Amino acid sequence: MKLKKILPQAITLLVVILIFGFFTMNAQLNMENRGIDFGYGFLSQESSFDVQFSLIEYSGSDSYARAYLVGLLNTLLVSILGIILCTILGVIVGIARLSPNYLIRTTAAWYVEFFRNIPLLLQIFFWYYAALRALPLPQDAEAIFGASYLTIKGFYTPSLIWENLDVFIYSVVAAIIVIIFVRIQAKKLRENVGKHLPVLNISIAILFVLPLLTFLFGGVNVGYETPELKQLAKTSFKFEGGLSIPPELLSLVIALSLYTATFVAECVRAGIQGVGKGQREAASSIGLNRKQVLNLIIMPQALRIIIPPTTNQYLNLTKNSSLAAAIAYPDLVLVFAGTALMQTGKAIEIVSITMLTYLTLSLSISFFMNWYNAKIAIVEK
Amino acid sequence: MGHNCLEIYLDGKYLSCLNYEYSKVILNYLLTNKKTKGRIMFKYLKQLTSLVAMVAVLFTFTTETMAAKKSKTLKNTQKKGFVRCGVSQGLPGFSNADAAGNWTGIDVDVCRAVAAAVLGDASKVKFTPLSAKERFTALTSGEIDILSRNTTWTLSRDADIGLTFVGVNFYDGQGFMVRKSSGITSTDQFKNGISACTNIGTTTELNMRDFFNSRGISYEPVAFEKADEVVAAYDAGRCDTYTTDKSGLAAQRTKMSNPDEHIVLPETISKEPLGPVVRQGDSVWEDIVRWSLNTMIEAEEYGITSGNADMMKTSDNPAIKRLVGAEGEMGAAFGLDNDWNYRIITQVGNYGESYKRNIADTGILPDRGPNELWTKGGILYVPPAR
Repeated sequence: MKLKKILPQAITLLVVILIFGFFTMNAQLNMENRGIDFGYGFLSQESSFDVQFSLIEYSGSDSYARAYLVGLLNTLLVSILGIILCTILGVIVGIARLSPNYLIRTTAAWYVEFFRNIPLLLQIFFWYYAALRALPLPQDAEAIFGASYLTIKGFYTPSLIWENLDVFIYSVVAAIIVIIFVRIQAKKLRENVGKHLPVLNISIAILFVLPLLTFLFGGVNVGYETPELKQLAKTSFKFEGGLSIPPELLSLVIALSLYTATFVAECVRAGIQGVGKGQREAASSIGLNRKQVLNLIIMPQALRIIIPPTTNQYLNLTKNSSLAAAIAYPDLVLVFAGTALMQTGKAIEIVSITMLTYLTLSLSISFFMNWYNAKIAIVEK
Repeated sequence: MGHNCLEIYLDGKYLSCLNYEYSKVILNYLLTNKKTKGRIMFKYLKQLTSLVAMVAVLFTFTTETMAAKKSKTLKNTQKKGFVRCGVSQGLPGFSNADAAGNWTGIDVDVCRAVAAAVLGDASKVKFTPLSAKERFTALTSGEIDILSRNTTWTLSRDADIGLTFVGVNFYDGQGFMVRKSSGITSTDQFKNGISACTNIGTTTELNMRDFFNSRGISYEPVAFEKADEVVAAYDAGRCDTYTTDKSGLAAQRTKMSNPDEHIVLPETISKEPLGPVVRQGDSVWEDIVRWSLNTMIEAEEYGITSGNADMMKTSDNPAIKRLVGAEGEMGAAFGLDNDWNYRIITQVGNYGESYKRNIADTGILPDRGPNELWTKGGILYVPPAR
C-alpha cells in the first residue's frame, strides 16, 4: 500500500532529475566543445561601463557585482513605486466603480477597460516616446510650484539638504517604536477595562512632536536646493542641482501603475461586492454610520477576497518592470542581463543569476502577502 | 626524356600520366583509396610523365577529404545548402533589408562571398538579424556560422568568449553627432552634465566612458537596446549627443526627421576595426571566411572586377591568374575547387565594387578614408593569396 503511494512519486522525481541532468550535461559538453569557460569569477572584475541612474555610488571602475546591485536596486525602486501608486489608484478606482454617482462610475469603468486592454509595452512606448516629445526643452520649461520643472530631460524639483540627518532618522524610528507600544497598551486597555483611547490622534502627535524636538534641540536643520538652468551649448541646456528624476523612470512608473491599477481596481470591486448585502444592512441596523460600516464591517471582510488576486498583480508589475530595457531605464535586465552580459559574454551565468533574482523577488512578495493574508483572515475563536 | 608512362583516368576522364617508376606505389594508392576506388582506369602510353601534375591531383583528393573531415561547419553548410549568416537589424550600407526582404550591404557581401566560394551560389545565404546583445550567443551556440555584423575586433572578444575574428572589412572609429543649432563643432566644447544616447552592449559604452573620464567631464549615459530607439530618443531631444561608430552615425543620420539639422563631429575617439567573426575551433572554416574576404580586397588591388574576371583568366600576371582560379591550386587546402575565388569575384564583386554599391552610392560615406587600398593611401592591406 505504502509502496503504491511512493513509487509513482519516486519515478516522477527520478525523471525530473534525469531531464535536468541531461540538459546540464548537454550545456556543459557544448560549452566545452566551443571553448567557453564557465564561472562566476567575472563578478569581481571591473565593469568599465557607466550607468545613467543609480541609487548607490557607482562608476565604471566598480565591479560587475556592484553593477548587478545597481540594476537590482533600480528594479526594486520601480517595483515599489509602482506597487504603491497602483494600490492607491486601484483602490480609488475600484471604489469609484461602485459609486452611486453615474459620472464617477462610468469614468472609472472607461479607465479600466481602456488601460487594461492595450499591451503594456505599447503603453510604455507611448509614455516615453509620444508623451516625452510633447514635453518642453529645459530652456522652455515653465516652473511648476515655483521651482519644479518637467522637461524632456526629466523632472527637476528642489531637494532638501539636511544637517544631522541621522539624528532625525533616529527620532522617527523612536517615534514609530513608541507608537507601536502605545497601540499595544491601548488594545490591552480596551480589552480589559473597555476604555477607548484616541489611538490615531496620539500616534500622529508622537510622530510630529518627537522629530520636531530634534529640530529644536538635536541640531537638525534643513535647507533646500533649487534646480538651476545651465547652458551646455548654444541651444542645449540642462538643470543642475536639486532632485532630478530621469524621464525613463517617470514613464515606466506611470505606465506600470496605470496598467496594473486597472487590475487592482477590479480586485477591489470584486472584494467589496463579495461581501454579503446582509452584512451592510445588519451593520446599519445596529446604528453604525457609513464610514464605520465601510471600515469596520465591509473592508475587513473584503480584504480577504482582495489580497490573493492583488498579490498576483504585484508580482506581474515586478516582472513587467523588466520591459524597462526598451526605454533605457537601467534596471536589472538592461544593466546586468544587457550590458554586463555583452561585455563578458557569460550568458549562462548572467541569465541564471537574473532569473534567480526575479524568482527571489517574486517569492518574497508572495511570502509577505501570504503573511498579511493570514493575519487578516477570520480567526475562529 | 621519352620514357614510357602510365595514363590514368578517373571516371573515364583523363587525369594525368604517371612515370613508370612511381606507378606501383601511386596506382596502388589510387586503387585502394576510398575516394577513388573503383573509378580508376589506366593504360600505358609512350609519353613523357608529369609527376608534378600527378602529385597535385593526389594532393587534391587527400586534402579534400581531410578538410571536409576537419571542418564540421563546412560539411554542415554543404549538406544544408546555405550559409547561416548573422547580420544587424538594419544598418544601411552594412546590412539592411529592403521591403522585399533582400539583404544588402558590405557585411552581407562577406557572407555572399563565402556562399559563392563554398556552395557556388552567392544567393544561398540565410540571414539572421541580431541585436548587439544577442550576436555572440547566436554564434557560439551554433545558430549561425558567420557573424558579419559591424562587430569590433577586440582582445577580450577574440580571446575570451569562444570567438575568432578573421579580418577587417571596415575600419571605423567612434564619433559624436550633435544638432547643428547647438553650435558645437568639436568635442572640446562638451561641458559637464552632457547627456549622451547610445546602444547597450557595444564597445561604444566603454569608449564613451574612457573619453569622458580622461577629460574629466561628467556625463549622463542613456543606453538603449535597439539603434532605432536611440535615434528616436536623440531626435526627440532627450540627449545632447548621439555616439556610436562614425559609419553608424552617417547611416543613422539618414533616418532622422531632418538629417540636415545634425552634424557628425570631426573627432574620432577610438579604433573600431569591424569584421566578420566565426566560432573558435574550426580552423578550416575560419580560413575560408578569412580568404573569401581577402580575395575581395586583393581582387580590387589587381583591378579584377565582376565584369572583367573572365578576361583576367588569360592575364600574364600569375598573381591575377591565381585570383581567378586560372593558376595554382588555391582552393585545395580548404577542400574547395579551384574556381572558388573566381566565383566570389564574378558573383559578388571585389571590395571596391561592394563599397561603391553599398556605402558610397547610397550617400552614407562617399569618401573611403582609411578603407581605401594601401596602394591608394588607405590602410586596406591583405596578405597575398598564393
